[in-house]
Amino acid sequence: MTPRPVDPARDPAEPALATTVTIEFEGRRYEGVRGQTVAGILLSHDVLDWRTTSVSGAGRGLFCGIGVCFDCVVSVDGVRDVRACQRRARGGELVERQHDRLPQPREER
Amino acid sequence: MRAIVVGAGIVGAACARSLARAGVDVLVLERGAAVGGTSAACEGNLLVSDKTPGPELDLSLLAADRWATVAAELHEELGAAFPSVEYERKGGLVVSTTADGADALRAFAATQRTAGVDAQDVDTAGALALEPYLTRDVTAGVLYPQDAQVQPVTAAEALLASARHAGAIVLTETEVVGAVRSTDGRLIGVSTPAGDHGGDVVVNAAGPWAGDVARRLGVHLPVLPRRGMVLVTTRMPHRVLHKVYDADYVGATQSADADLQTSTVVESTAAGTVLIGSSRQRVGFDDRLDVEVVREIAAKSLRIFPFLTSASVLRTYGGFRPYMPDHLPLVGADPRLPGLFHVTGHEGAGIGLSVPSADLLHALVTGSAAPLDPAAFAVDRPTLAPYLEEAS
Repeated sequence: MTPRPVDPARDPAEPALATTVTIEFEGRRYEGVRGQTVAGILLSHDVLDWRTTSVSGAGRGLFCGIGVCFDCVVSVDGVRDVRACQRRARGGELVERQHDRLPQPREER
Repeated sequence: MRAIVVGAGIVGAACARSLARAGVDVLVLERGAAVGGTSAACEGNLLVSDKTPGPELDLSLLAADRWATVAAELHEELGAAFPSVEYERKGGLVVSTTADGADALRAFAATQRTAGVDAQDVDTAGALALEPYLTRDVTAGVLYPQDAQVQPVTAAEALLASARHAGAIVLTETEVVGAVRSTDGRLIGVSTPAGDHGGDVVVNAAGPWAGDVARRLGVHLPVLPRRGMVLVTTRMPHRVLHKVYDADYVGATQSADADLQTSTVVESTAAGTVLIGSSRQRVGFDDRLDVEVVREIAAKSLRIFPFLTSASVLRTYGGFRPYMPDHLPLVGADPRLPGLFHVTGHEGAGIGLSVPSADLLHALVTGSAAPLDPAAFAVDRPTLAPYLEEAS
């Protein structure tokens, strides 16, 4: 079985050639193809977590993968709370880990 | 003595705890899962700031004192392994953004001070010092140090756990379908699909569904559901330090209008998310998402906190508040059916008022000294009489 049984010239889906895009995360550059999500590119390079939880400091990455749970949020080009599973990479994005500290109760301030 | 408490929301849990700790045999019957109704779909407010002088404010002032004690008791009793009830006396800040609003707010706070509320006037600079991210359009503010909050689900679960420790039995998925009466007409128990349960007293703590429970037991009770929606943002850096309300909130809580009303209430939670409310709407038990309501709440919140324009809303939720036509909670014996007590009708204040209402119920059931005059909350109070007669 070949990866593409239909002759590309006659494929009604008119597939374009995959364009390579690169994103940056924690000092490294990761390559993917245009159309892949930020989460998809990171996962394909075995990067499994890109957020740090507030209470226990544990890593968080993809959970639901369909935009519902907000577990995978990252900062993209300085804009926070972007769902990595929903944002398609255009290339050149700077992706940053989010780690928000818990609010301090008033009495303890 | 044996008591049956109908409803395992925060009011039922607080009543069960109060009675069980006094040595009463308590059985809690819950139609669905414990803490699955109103208590799981609200904000966890313990407020004095939104109450006009009168019996409900007196009950709220009692709540402000009692919650500090009860939160400590629950922590002591249940230990660190039990999730925190997140009791925090962070204070409320009510702000106006117009000149007229400032006058009204100042006048309102003055009446509250005469009723024993700690209400401190602050000017624009003072308000901005308390909440640096507030709109610069603030014309006046009043700080209410007694306002507090809890995480309502863990608070209700903690009260229920404490009730169990004191001997209460909780049966979930057990719906009350009818009354068991003695030959002289007194209520001596309730029937469920799985059989009857006997009790010397039956406490109807079914929140907005209390009217339905009352009907099954044989009396009419004018409790109506009033829907409220809340928006939850993603976790964010801590920028909302108090519970912050638009000064028009008080008017919305006291209104009898069935149409949609929204009024801004913004607070951060212990988890770092920000809750944005509030709405009030009488739409029966219709729980469909109404985007217009969410849009109006979101838009109004920006008038108070412009920085929220870039906040991401993680989810929205809505709940039904038990609304009484005369705007007062109902705590007391039903004179029409001996053996029946009601504890409901707290509308949007039930989390805070659960504990003092349970104190009051405990006093009425056991005949001990009541913490405040129960007459204003009684079933046969004059303001409720027309609504009781209406359908009978």
